[in-house]
Amino acid sequence: MKFTSPATETIFDTSTVVGKATHRVDGPLKVSGRAPYAYERHDVIDGQLVAYPLGATIAKGRILSIDTQHAKAAPGVHTIITTLEYDELPKDERNVASLFGGDKVVHYHQAIAAVVADSFEQARAAANLITVKYDIEQDLDFDLERQWQQRGTVEPVSATGDFAQAFQSAAKTLDREYRTPGHSHAMMEPHSTLAHWDGDALTIWTSNQMIAWNREALAVTLGLEEDNIRVDSPYIGGGFGSKLFLRSDAVLAALASKASGRPVKLALPRPFVMNNTTHRGETIQRIRIGTDAQGHITAIAHTAMSPTQPGGQGEQATDQTRQFYAGANRLIEHHPVEMFLPESNAMRAPGEASGLMALEIAMDEMAEVLDMDPVAFRALNDTQVDPENPKRTFSDRNFTRCLSEGARAFGWHDRPQTPASRRDGNWLIGMGMAGAYRGSPVLTSGARVRLQANGTVIVETDMTDIGTGSYTIIAQTAAEVMGLPVSAIDVRLGDSNFPRSAGSGGQFGAPSSTAGVYAACVKLREMIAQKLQMPEAELSFSDGAVHSAGEPQLIGTFATDAELVAEDKIEFGKFRSDDHIVSTFGAHFVELRVHALTGEIRLNRMLAVCDSGRILNPITARSQVIGGMVMGVGAAMMEEMAVDRTQGFFANHDLAGYEVPVHMDIPSQEVIFLDTLDPVATPMKAKGIGELGLCGVAAAVANAAYNATGVRLRDYPVTLEKLFPGLPKV
Amino acid sequence: MKTFTYEKARDPAQAAALAASHKDAKFIAGGTNLLDLMKIEVETPAHLIDVNGLGLDTITPTQDGGLRIGALVRNTDLAADAQVRRDYPVLTRALVAGASGQLRNKATTAGNLLQRTRCPYFYDTAQACNKRTPGAGCAAQTPGAVSRQLGVIGTSAACIATHPSDMAVGLRVLDAVVETILPDGSRREIPIETFHKLPGQTPHIENALQPGEFITAVSLPAPVGGAQSYRKLRDRASYAFALISVALIRHPDGSGRVALGGVAPKPWRLQAADDQLPNGASAVMATLLEHANPTAANAFKIELAERTLAAMLAEE
Repeated sequence: MKFTSPATETIFDTSTVVGKATHRVDGPLKVSGRAPYAYERHDVIDGQLVAYPLGATIAKGRILSIDTQHAKAAPGVHTIITTLEYDELPKDERNVASLFGGDKVVHYHQAIAAVVADSFEQARAAANLITVKYDIEQDLDFDLERQWQQRGTVEPVSATGDFAQAFQSAAKTLDREYRTPGHSHAMMEPHSTLAHWDGDALTIWTSNQMIAWNREALAVTLGLEEDNIRVDSPYIGGGFGSKLFLRSDAVLAALASKASGRPVKLALPRPFVMNNTTHRGETIQRIRIGTDAQGHITAIAHTAMSPTQPGGQGEQATDQTRQFYAGANRLIEHHPVEMFLPESNAMRAPGEASGLMALEIAMDEMAEVLDMDPVAFRALNDTQVDPENPKRTFSDRNFTRCLSEGARAFGWHDRPQTPASRRDGNWLIGMGMAGAYRGSPVLTSGARVRLQANGTVIVETDMTDIGTGSYTIIAQTAAEVMGLPVSAIDVRLGDSNFPRSAGSGGQFGAPSSTAGVYAACVKLREMIAQKLQMPEAELSFSDGAVHSAGEPQLIGTFATDAELVAEDKIEFGKFRSDDHIVSTFGAHFVELRVHALTGEIRLNRMLAVCDSGRILNPITARSQVIGGMVMGVGAAMMEEMAVDRTQGFFANHDLAGYEVPVHMDIPSQEVIFLDTLDPVATPMKAKGIGELGLCGVAAAVANAAYNATGVRLRDYPVTLEKLFPGLPKV
Repeated sequence: MKTFTYEKARDPAQAAALAASHKDAKFIAGGTNLLDLMKIEVETPAHLIDVNGLGLDTITPTQDGGLRIGALVRNTDLAADAQVRRDYPVLTRALVAGASGQLRNKATTAGNLLQRTRCPYFYDTAQACNKRTPGAGCAAQTPGAVSRQLGVIGTSAACIATHPSDMAVGLRVLDAVVETILPDGSRREIPIETFHKLPGQTPHIENALQPGEFITAVSLPAPVGGAQSYRKLRDRASYAFALISVALIRHPDGSGRVALGGVAPKPWRLQAADDQLPNGASAVMATLLEHANPTAANAFKIELAERTLAAMLAEE
């Protein structure tokens, strides 16, 4: 199915399943421990061995030697692979640093060996017996602050109008710097893979968001034909972008399996999640805004710097500023800085999450300069067209409704008008808000649907469910189109033997994959119509039956002789991006209290208002949004990959040192979905929701902390000591 | 994890004798800290002596009106004990500020006293650490190191780690006494004040215990009364080690006691600082933290301690 023009009236406009609150179809499996995760695929192949990885303990240099003599002699050890036995493995273009092979070290905890043993404990103990000699490269710079102070000029990412002139002549201006630290995905399940070779054919049971990308990357890295690789990842214990790309767990498991001649499984130890895999890179950002006397933005510039391994881009924190707010004169600059920290790459809402942490404080500050309500200032600068190219229109943008409905629902009119003006006992009370913006990209997505004689439908697609609810919304989609209850749909995901899908990432998974399943189901309906020798349009599918002019016929009867199999994919036309910008919008509101003496911050309540097109399932969508809000609270108040600036690694590489919010940090969370439909987005008029919930949250917290204390923080996380300057003296 | 041998002790005297007769022996009780450290080979005992079967899990009155807490009383049980809650509420509050419910169910009184620092450089065996390897150096004090969580007083050029226990801060403000048995069968009592050692040039020596010496109990003197409170400050609301913590006992006349956690290699309390309590938080901290030597990243702990004590005094 090709999606080449905006959707018109569809069956989803009168839906009975899609859009209705539906509990997770995989929930019972998960809460009873029966959903098989990668490290627990005990039943798929006999004779499994366990590998444990060894990481480099320098940031950069060369490995002179790896002594495995004692490790090889340790109990239970089968084999050891070391990076020196391989040439540097080719990498897929989506990875920045090579994952294994060769003597070069370019970041701390780069994988340099793996020990294969009968048990996990034996492998780990033996790995600790390996000794490595390095030639360490000295005098490397891991100090982004110094790089920022010394930065030169770069070619702008984009320039519209004449920013410099407009900023100089603006009635009111703001020019501020903001700092965001690196963040770790810190998902619950670390990267894990079980690998098995059958001749030249490799199967990996793994935990990965993007099955097809993973297979392509494995083919490049291991020099295999894609057809000789099977990737299976039905359940994923969180990813947040950390499992978008091939990682060392799969490479090491595959090589170790080859070397030992047995199936081998390997999970990355928690410190490897921080230093071996990817993270959201730290940023330093400068934002300049100029307005006329009434508050219309006339000039806006966003400059950002972020560290990256050579060849990468780092965190592109300026992305949203190109399109979020109006203004004729614009300048966007990005300075990637080569640095040999672990690889900076995509994490939930890459770009926007960090960028909005800065931009949405800047908008708050600019409103204050103008003596305007921050909500009103944002609404005034709404745009329905691409500010860089006014010929492109937003497909469906209801940002001002998010603002106004959020302000009303939250009681924004009651906010303290003056910072540090409201006190309840020992606590200073503040309210803050922020706008949210996140693009809603889509990718081609396919599915196969198999009608069974018993009237059920099996859906097969390599789409993944990373905890997001894909199983459920796909079941709902197939149920809706085929006129079946959700219980009659058997959704099978994450297997490269299934049709290629969008996968999970960039909040493109839900809108793309459901559209792909819709396409396949339409094809199945057409096949049934063909059997009836009737036009598909004259049939209706409901209550498990196909209704035509004559008697309703149970749907299973069309598969009596053999299952009826249809396969199709959704392909999105260029009109979507040539003529339009398809994005999601939101507004976050936060009320918090700050202890007047200690500076402790406690949130009182949070509200998110989301404009995301059709909400496919309010339960799983809400779960995505409140999860994003929790991640935003983490970014606001505690999460920081602490860089050892001399040695070049993240020192807090476990979940005791890298703190994420606990239940006690999270107050009442409310989510309001606007009842919007975006016909340009997909045939189902749906957009992504998985990342919008995070965008802007941290700034809303920082703005509320300012409102409570009068201390304007531009350096995340907002920890208590940074508020001392504005708190009453002892 | 290094290979180790294992046996169960029959009684406290035998436990101490066994520990003295093995090289690199460790007692294991709840294992909430030791097992974690063994898995990453920060701890590599050759022999484990399991003391879980020794009883020592009751809380009984002492002759002088105090309480004797068995070494193996679990943190959960100690915190919930009716007498502790009534007469030593600062101890209950300190205990429940620490770890999680699951960990407190396993963790023991003696084990909590003996838990090791959470310095990130101690935990990463690739990093120089004088606690792990005497003479190796202290990566936490190299320029550019991460030290926000680390100590500000009582530290040395060899080590700036803190003692992570909340319970120990409560015990310190209550003047608890650690009761032990030695390998020769003799017994001794060690005041909590001198139980934990400052690092000096020997940060690997963390307490006053002699080789094999086994903690049998911790005793509390008769209740001292007063209003007792414990405040723990951290970046998230629960389940994190303290940036700083304050244990406070305050009498109606304004006198009292103050101990700090999260700032030093041991619970930090000075008589001279206690004496300043009638003069307010600033006076107390000026004395208690007079010789502080923080890093740029953790100097805020000094002001935070002052602010926290002021908040506690204001809230009473």
